[in-house]
Amino acid sequence: MAGWIEACGADDVDEEDVIRFDHEGRTFAIYRSPDDEYFATDGLCTHEKIHLADGLVMDDIIECPKHNGRFNYKTGQAKGAPVCVNLKTYPVKVEGGQVFVQID
Amino acid sequence: MSAVSFSSDFVKRDYSLTGPSARSAVETGLASAEWYHTEIPRKAMKELMQRSDGPAIRDTVLWLSLLVVTAAAGIFFWGSWWAVPFFFAYGALYGSASDARWHECGHGTAFKTRWMNDAVYQIASFMVMRNPVTWRWSHARHHTDTIIVGRDAEIAVMRPPDLFRLAANFFGIFDVWYGMKALIANAFGVLSADEKDFIPEMERRKAINAARVHVAIYAAAVLAALGFGSWLPLVLIGGPRLYGCWHMVMVGLLQHGGLADNVNDHRLNSRTVYMNPVSRFLYMNMNYHVEHHMFPMVPFHALPRLHEMIKHDLPAPNTSILDGYREMLPAFLRQLRNEDYFLKRELPATAKPYREEFHREDSVPIAAE
Ligand code: FES
Repeated sequence: MAGWIEACGADDVDEEDVIRFDHEGRTFAIYRSPDDEYFATDGLCTHEKIHLADGLVMDDIIECPKHNGRFNYKTGQAKGAPVCVNLKTYPVKVEGGQVFVQID
Repeated sequence: MSAVSFSSDFVKRDYSLTGPSARSAVETGLASAEWYHTEIPRKAMKELMQRSDGPAIRDTVLWLSLLVVTAAAGIFFWGSWWAVPFFFAYGALYGSASDARWHECGHGTAFKTRWMNDAVYQIASFMVMRNPVTWRWSHARHHTDTIIVGRDAEIAVMRPPDLFRLAANFFGIFDVWYGMKALIANAFGVLSADEKDFIPEMERRKAINAARVHVAIYAAAVLAALGFGSWLPLVLIGGPRLYGCWHMVMVGLLQHGGLADNVNDHRLNSRTVYMNPVSRFLYMNMNYHVEHHMFPMVPFHALPRLHEMIKHDLPAPNTSILDGYREMLPAFLRQLRNEDYFLKRELPATAKPYREEFHREDSVPIAAE
């Protein structure tokens, strides 16, 4: 298993928001929940490969900007059409004001 | 405004989703492409995207109340001419306003609360005679591949335009005929090749079940009409999709009519039109159509704000429905002679130039006005 990768500063993500993080040709989405927890998923929607970081975070949901497909970004669960395939999630930790993602 | 047509050795347009135009759209990268959008700072975009239940609850309470009141008055005056104005209003609220509710709730942007979107979506889908599953997927495709021939299943005006069909659809004639045929086929478990192209396998059973519910309700309305020996049940259920859809068609044709196809810039293929408040209520602000296509996450109530924010980058909106028709109808007539003709509206000096890389490089403009 690969190690922890430094993705961004904890303050780079607003509360209840998401940013994009690219690493070695892959793209991820880093979320900060309304209760100040951090999460990470694949960066592209499983419907049509649109960047989720342009979408809207509402509670524990990320809504895709293209067709409004919704995922639970904590579990990756797809919440219904037009998204049918779950999103891959990654472990996250915050240390020294930095957000780290464990990428496999 | 300029109007452009290309000297055309274009392949004749084939609007089926499984034909040569579909294949060429995929091969040339027109399909599933990245679209132009105006730059908006993330903070402003987040504000615009915010959901709330208030505006849609007010809208829905008003809409349903007006439906109930006009239907009750129509029933009360049934048999006299006094019923006509009430059914005129009821028809527009049922056969036209349902389209906008279907649309906005299908995007999930009307309400913040998911079940409210889903409930209104189901009711409106029934009223507008659309399979709620099929049309969710076709509309997703419409946003991925807006007016891309062979990919978009919701192109209202195919080229060359069939003006008889367009006129008949102000009374729902073709839409209801084909819509009903599709619903009945779906209810019997049959999906067309086009439907299979955009509905994933795991969703097809849901489409069949939804069609069965719709067909059962229509069958009950027909039986009621026969049982009571009266047209009234059908004037209330199903009928408004014929006599009340004129407003939906009137504003819907303006969305993309006469504009470019096979481009990846919504400023070239969509039209924003300033409209009167009644039409905006029936249409849920979808008159801001370029804005909606560029940013489908922005709810109906925030579209006027979005428009103000990005209008420097868009062609000037048409000033009224009439103004839109004055622009669009002559273009339809020109397309009868030359189906490659389209309107290309001028951008303001503050706008970024159009993205036209998907027009064929060897195309030569032969008309500009
Ligand atoms: S691309 Fe995300 S919902 Fe379609």
